[in-house]
Amino acid sequence: MLAQFLSLQWKSFTRSASFSTHLSIKILIGFLLLYFAATFAFLGALAYHIIQDELARDPLETVNQFMIYGCFYWVVMRYFIQKTPVFNITPLLVHPISKNKIVHFAMGKTLSSGFNWLGLFFMIPFAIVLVVEGYHWVGVLSWFVGIMAFVMSTNYFNLLINNNQKAGAIALSVLALLGGLHYVYIFDITVCSGPVFQALYQYPIAALVPIALWVFLYKAAFADYKKEMYIDGGLALQQADAKTQEFTWLNRFGKTAVFLKNDLRLILRNKRSKSTALMSFLFLFYGLFFFTGSVEMYNSPMWSIFAGIFISGGFLFSFGQFVPSWDSAYYPLLMTQNTSYREYLNSKWLLIVVATLISWLLSTPYIYFGWDVFFLILAATVYNVGVNSYLVLWGGAYIKMPIDLTSNKKAFGDKQAFNIKTLLLTIPKLVLPVLIYFLGSQHSEQLGIALVALTGVMGLAFKNHVFSIIERIYVAQKHKTLWAYKQK
Amino acid sequence: MIHVKQLKKLYGEKQVLAIDALEIPSGQSFGLVGNNGAGKTTLFSALLDLIRLNQGTITNQEMDVSSSETWKQFTTAFLDETFLIGYLTPEEYFYFIGDLRGVSHSDVDAFVGQFEDFFHGEVLKQKKYLRDLSKGNQKKVGIVGALIGSPSVIVLDEPFANLDPSTQIRLKELLREWSQQKGVTLLISSHDLQHVTEVCERIVVLDKGEVVKDIKTQTQTLKDLEAFFTQKSQEG
Repeated sequence: MLAQFLSLQWKSFTRSASFSTHLSIKILIGFLLLYFAATFAFLGALAYHIIQDELARDPLETVNQFMIYGCFYWVVMRYFIQKTPVFNITPLLVHPISKNKIVHFAMGKTLSSGFNWLGLFFMIPFAIVLVVEGYHWVGVLSWFVGIMAFVMSTNYFNLLINNNQKAGAIALSVLALLGGLHYVYIFDITVCSGPVFQALYQYPIAALVPIALWVFLYKAAFADYKKEMYIDGGLALQQADAKTQEFTWLNRFGKTAVFLKNDLRLILRNKRSKSTALMSFLFLFYGLFFFTGSVEMYNSPMWSIFAGIFISGGFLFSFGQFVPSWDSAYYPLLMTQNTSYREYLNSKWLLIVVATLISWLLSTPYIYFGWDVFFLILAATVYNVGVNSYLVLWGGAYIKMPIDLTSNKKAFGDKQAFNIKTLLLTIPKLVLPVLIYFLGSQHSEQLGIALVALTGVMGLAFKNHVFSIIERIYVAQKHKTLWAYKQK
Repeated sequence: MIHVKQLKKLYGEKQVLAIDALEIPSGQSFGLVGNNGAGKTTLFSALLDLIRLNQGTITNQEMDVSSSETWKQFTTAFLDETFLIGYLTPEEYFYFIGDLRGVSHSDVDAFVGQFEDFFHGEVLKQKKYLRDLSKGNQKKVGIVGALIGSPSVIVLDEPFANLDPSTQIRLKELLREWSQQKGVTLLISSHDLQHVTEVCERIVVLDKGEVVKDIKTQTQTLKDLEAFFTQKSQEG
């Protein structure tokens, strides 16, 4: 039975649309995973000496002190990113397989999540160094087992709170409150939690406590999930109450407004696009790496223009690059309607431009780092509006990846989004402005900034011309795109 | 008038559609029948320029659909759920279509209002997005959407599938009325031989991508078609 479940799982993995992608990208992702694992392992091996030499404290105690935040982090990350085990359960319900087995398998499957194993890359080298440095091996072993049991507990804790939105909200607010209290020095939870983790080392028998917690949470989550094994229960898709939104204030944009309204609804009403739009605001903080001087490598004006492009271009890059894939589910409808690509593209362009300008407004606090930073971001914004807005629409014509609006997954982004043409198009998006700036800055930094802005203004002036080119590409790609969107 | 000439569509080596000549005069109600894989949807998709042909042309009122786009002004279609926008409410969807076809919101309201009984109170003002409606109700929305804007060519792929019996009967009346009163060209495909003979004045049978029968509907047409498909099933 287990073998059959596993084979089903394997097929669903290897036959998923995102897997059947180019080998080179699989290798790239493999390297990325390897990189993370290596970084963690490196950190684990070095942590002991760093803490001892730099902080002059006991390494194990220090790690234990902050372990509670590790657990918090685990819970929060899992809550937002890790998927609950849906594993196409419905077709299995009517077959002669006990429900217990199905639930056990679905829950067991979550163990395979990278979240559970990534920690090991830190823990194992750190534990080895501890033993080498003279800590008692029994204590280290029980500490290790105990911590891993905690990590596993967060796995099942996540399943529990994921199933119950109220519990999830309460758990997350408690975590936020504890973190906040620590931050303002009112109550430091690490003072209480440190000794708890330390006890795992001092009294090996204490490791039984997290193991018991793990078993308890597993049982609780199991009971919870088993109760939900009905197609009108936990397996039902949740439906939100729909409300009609008119956006009549957009009517002034004429026919473009028709699409603009839809785009707004697209962003507001679909998980995938909503999270993309929200994510794009994170780009705003990207500049902090550069202007605070916290990363030494970034302390050059060349890199600053790079940062400027990202600060105002969050939406442009994260949402814009998937035009027209956002409309993949109903592309045939659009293609048979009495309308032209021009209007369609214009609406997307307007959306990107408005979002870029909003990002710029929100970025004005960067003035704190000086007027030159302000003007630099302004120039980058103009470049985004005048050049990059076209380039993302252009690149989108080649991406041709159907987007499932209702799902919110895919940890490594959409692998099919990589292809040679889109990669080539990132050169003018990012490298060209840096180059223009570099040329100008040979004279003075001000000239560099001015040239970048000027390029953007020139781009705006040629809008009609550029749109004609993009439109031709979209028309030429129409049938290929329609075909690609059918391959889900 | 729709005119198909020397049409060929291949997927790899496999020929999925091969029609030498087919003419559909304006105002005709045209039915397409055939087993799965006979090429019905492929023909409709080609007529709407959703797929590229390997050979031949399709003209819609003298315009080659693959080079001109003017045909979009008087042609509407509902082939499958890819013609619906899942995150819109039915009302918003109808307005969207209306906006694209130059019909004001109040006219859309009035037009859609006529279909109150067809919708059976399960579509309008339900506080549901299209993606959350049942398959049957989604289909109703798609069909009514394809009638907005007084089109003169309407293409519906399997309009009867997924509908409950009462709605099928109501839809039959609706399509008959529509094709007669407004003088529009109606193209439908169906697996239900009875429905299609009741609605269409002409029936074309596709088999493996080729036209094997082209009949003007008469009283014995249903029997003929049944005989044809019985024979097909015995051939295996």
